[in-house]
Amino acid sequence: MGELSSVWRESSHRYRLVAHGCGNCKAVYFPPRDICPKCHRDSIGKMKEMELSGRGKIESFTVVHDVPPAFIRQRPYVLALIRLDEGPTLTAQVVDCDPSEVALGKRVRSVFRRVREDGKSGIIQYGYKFVLE
Amino acid sequence: MTEVHIIGSGETKFGEMWDRSLRELAVEAGLKAVEDAGIYSRDIGILYGSSSLAGTLNLQNDIGSLLADFSGIASNGIPAVRIESSSSSGAAAVREAYLAIRSGEYDVAMVGGVEKMTDIYGSEILDIVGTTLDREWETFFGGTPAAMAAISARKYMHDFKVGKEAMSMISVNDHANASKNPNAHYRNKITLEAAMKSTPVADPLNLMDCSPISDGAAALILASEKFARSVGKDGVRIKSSAIAQDYLALHSRDSIYTLNSTILAGKTAFEKAGLKHSDVSFVELHDSYSIYGLMELEDLGFCKKGKASELVMDDIGLTSSLPVNPSGGLKAKGNPMGATGVGQFVEGYLQIRGKAGERQVKNASTGLLHSMSGTGSTSVVHILGGA
Ligand SMILES: [Zn+2]
Repeated sequence: MGELSSVWRESSHRYRLVAHGCGNCKAVYFPPRDICPKCHRDSIGKMKEMELSGRGKIESFTVVHDVPPAFIRQRPYVLALIRLDEGPTLTAQVVDCDPSEVALGKRVRSVFRRVREDGKSGIIQYGYKFVLE
Repeated sequence: MTEVHIIGSGETKFGEMWDRSLRELAVEAGLKAVEDAGIYSRDIGILYGSSSLAGTLNLQNDIGSLLADFSGIASNGIPAVRIESSSSSGAAAVREAYLAIRSGEYDVAMVGGVEKMTDIYGSEILDIVGTTLDREWETFFGGTPAAMAAISARKYMHDFKVGKEAMSMISVNDHANASKNPNAHYRNKITLEAAMKSTPVADPLNLMDCSPISDGAAALILASEKFARSVGKDGVRIKSSAIAQDYLALHSRDSIYTLNSTILAGKTAFEKAGLKHSDVSFVELHDSYSIYGLMELEDLGFCKKGKASELVMDDIGLTSSLPVNPSGGLKAKGNPMGATGVGQFVEGYLQIRGKAGERQVKNASTGLLHSMSGTGSTSVVHILGGA
């Protein structure tokens, strides 16, 4: 399905971990949001882009065995919820390690990688993954 | 405002039905419900179709029109729209029908939920069920519904020091009850040992923790008190209806094992019904993944947070003080997504009238039905009966 424009649209956020900070309450949002869920209309026009450090810790994780078509060559992979040092939590793979090394609370940092490969269109999509520190 | 009664129900068998199409399934359930209600098609004032994924799975949208057309009532010109809210579409459609009658605008409403899932082969189905998550920020990075449930499960097990057997027990109970339900996808009983050792899907969840890919349809006829009386039907009253929302993506929530939408919808449903937890004779839970069964029992208020394992390991069978999923639940009755929530009402309607056969819960007067989207973005809670 026509993914090209969506790939391009989200790329700065996926390539450089660009978050949105609320100019009203200072909360940081990743994935970025145009409205702060705490401040509502008081945040309109006050959400500012900010680059994240890419460092954080593993909140929880799973080892995915039953994988969608775009991930067949990566099976099995570790998918985690990572709480970044700046506050927000995101969903990403943890790579370059044996799944048995992954544990709750472990420190991780972001790396730029190939994320998925669409078998039909051949499109390769890039973005962040994480490695153990 | 008028009371709203269920006066008829119908469903197909749930399962892998290679020889049945989307429309055949939908029409079969719809006609059974009309027949059961003993009404004529001219009595129906409005129709709500529900399907979670038909647009992507079967390349067929406009399920409301499809249902009206092939039930033979298109020329009546009645409104027929589709309600979609991911895996809670069916329950959300029943709620819309409830509101339509409760407002006084219509006397009789029909709800038809359907999903035809087995026309897709292999792992491509994961791309499609993945649309129930946040596509840009979960699915894009390798998230699947099972993976997100597994992420909640691991932290839950860690923080509350709960072993895997509590989750497996949810599935064991589902299969035991489904063995008594002729419409269930799986009618085999499973042992706790087998449930714990099955094929890994997304660690710590295995195949026996995950609801299957099912075909199926379910339908209901709802009516105002006045209409129900005019045709001499008591039916089963929908005592209360509630729906609530949470963040779409799991990572945006404060707690990954607390279902805020379920807490809110449950609380509202009890308040509106004027009932207590001890009044409930049985519950139907949206256990698309076994871990959700535990989280839902807690977030609906049947036990304290982190304590569902005690309840589940004690007894949740048909003769216990709180029978869970007498129908067989999503794990064993099956999960044809747009039909699943409507199917819970079919079970509730049978149970409260004492027509549930071998799986009948004794003195079933009040049932709580819980349906949920994805990882908990929407929860819908209904309380039936309450007499
Ligand atoms: Zn703010």
